Amino acid sequence: MTRRMPRSGWVWLGIGAAYFFIPLAATLEFSLKEASGYGFSSYRQILEDPEFRDLLWVSFKLSVETIVLSVLIMVPGVYCVHLSYPRVRPVVEFLSVLPFVVPPIILVIGLLDFYNVDRAPRWFIENPWFLVPGYVVLSFPFMFRALDVSFRSIDVHTLTEASHSLGAGWTTTLLRVILPNIAAGALAGAFLTFALVMGEFTMAHIALFNTFPTYINYIGQTQANPAAALTIISFGLTWLALLGILLVGRRPGRGVAPVAGR
Amino acid sequence: MPYLELQRLHKEFGDFTAIEELDIALETAEFLSLLGPSGCGKTTALRIVAGFETPTSGRVVVDGNDVTNVPANRRDMGMVFQAYSLFPNMTAEGNVEFGLRVRRQSGVARRRRVEELLELVGLSGAAKRYPHQLSGGMQQRVALARALAIEPRVLLLDEPLSALDAKVRVQLREEIRRLQTQLGITTLYVTHDQEEALSISDRVAVLSHGQIEQIGAPADIYNEPGTPFVAEFIGTMNRLEGAVADDAYVQVGGTILPVADARGLPRGEKVLVLVRPETLQLERADGGAASGALVGEVLAHIFLGPITRVKVMAGDHELSADLPGPRAAELPIGSRVAARFPAEAGRVLGLSEPAAFSEPATAGQ
Repeated sequence: MTRRMPRSGWVWLGIGAAYFFIPLAATLEFSLKEASGYGFSSYRQILEDPEFRDLLWVSFKLSVETIVLSVLIMVPGVYCVHLSYPRVRPVVEFLSVLPFVVPPIILVIGLLDFYNVDRAPRWFIENPWFLVPGYVVLSFPFMFRALDVSFRSIDVHTLTEASHSLGAGWTTTLLRVILPNIAAGALAGAFLTFALVMGEFTMAHIALFNTFPTYINYIGQTQANPAAALTIISFGLTWLALLGILLVGRRPGRGVAPVAGR
Repeated sequence: MPYLELQRLHKEFGDFTAIEELDIALETAEFLSLLGPSGCGKTTALRIVAGFETPTSGRVVVDGNDVTNVPANRRDMGMVFQAYSLFPNMTAEGNVEFGLRVRRQSGVARRRRVEELLELVGLSGAAKRYPHQLSGGMQQRVALARALAIEPRVLLLDEPLSALDAKVRVQLREEIRRLQTQLGITTLYVTHDQEEALSISDRVAVLSHGQIEQIGAPADIYNEPGTPFVAEFIGTMNRLEGAVADDAYVQVGGTILPVADARGLPRGEKVLVLVRPETLQLERADGGAASGALVGEVLAHIFLGPITRVKVMAGDHELSADLPGPRAAELPIGSRVAARFPAEAGRVLGLSEPAAFSEPATAGQ
């Protein structure tokens, strides 16, 4: 792009950047404040807190589990809708955005009622895994949209039939032909789901589980400077995850490039 | 014994009947085209053979075995689609290799076969390219190589050239025919392009409304159309409605024309006389009526390269005659001309035939 941005463009970009960076800079400044002058004592305090590591790990595991389950349900589901039931697509689309309409607080109360002690095994109820089914539901809008766009960009019918005529069964077709071509969408959905679970507070709080977001909340309410440090840390982690997924998605010959080239 | 048979195929989609009844038999290594306008059931027939659709009734038989209920992935049929069928995530090489991988062939054998096939379609240099880096014609070549790699029992092609430029289309269709002859593979080809069907097939089946109108060698279909539909669909035809006059004569308007094909028909029977534009002769008719010719006025000249198509209005009939350029120039627009044709050139069809008339599918074998 050799075209130069008009002056008004720079102004708007500046306003946007200010909106984004001023709070971040203020938080950074506050997190470095010590009784006298500046230093890293808040960061040290957070990183040395065993709960920080434990709960970060808990939320990370929950994210991965949610992503795996969500992908396992949604990829064959959306594939099936595009291949055989295109008329059901609007219905599925509507259902997938329900989590936006029904707030998580309603969802978690329903889940608690549904999985009450009599119906579900104890090991399930007492484990943070309990949150995964709910998180999977929350991930549907993101996962569905990302996958839907990917599936629309390929000729699902022809690719499936071509694969079958060459002797491949359903599993091979899904894993070797369909999945690689919608990988970009699945990754985008996975990233959004990751961000969602790493920041989900309501469900964990009401269901009385300690996760990374409830930890952030706890620190925020008790220790001012370490809370700012924690915010910066979690911000950095999210960006690292985003960067990682971008790098994976850019691998040559995979999903992204060929799909975009059509 | 025929190698591939479509026996009494019938297919309905809800209320819509895609195929009324289809009976076709292909000999080993035969190249047969299903030709017809869109909605005639040709693609449905091909998809039934491929295993992507199940017929409402009827059978598909390959080499004596009924495969009607065999799933598509166990039929061993190579299929080439209209377009966009290459796997975008694999190189040309990877696409050709896919069927062999699924069949768990050893790596060495696989690589040799892939090389051989890409060589065969003239794409050895493009092995490492992804589909989006290939032109439309190259993509279809890869698709052809991919379909042939698995050594299919039958090769199916569903309008493989319809998305390509005219020049590439002609080039590639000749290549398809060459490969088909070289490999001796039984081939079913679907197209709506009559020129394409006539130029590469051993036999052509003309379909309309889910039924065969006529099946036969390209020359027979072109020279002796069996039904008004075929006459209309294949090439350009002049249609003259008239009635049988004397033996081997047909009266069209006020003129009596000699037509050998009308011999033996009862006097007074209403008939359709079909004449190809290339057999119609035009001459200046400055005087009054000319016997045995239709007299009319030149309406238009259409330049078609090697020939010029001259449109003539004669009574109720608009005629087309293909003449060499200089001959056409002698007959400017507005001049009066007499149009005649050799008695053997006209083909006569009864007008009273019911619309659903069709010759038995096995005719011409």
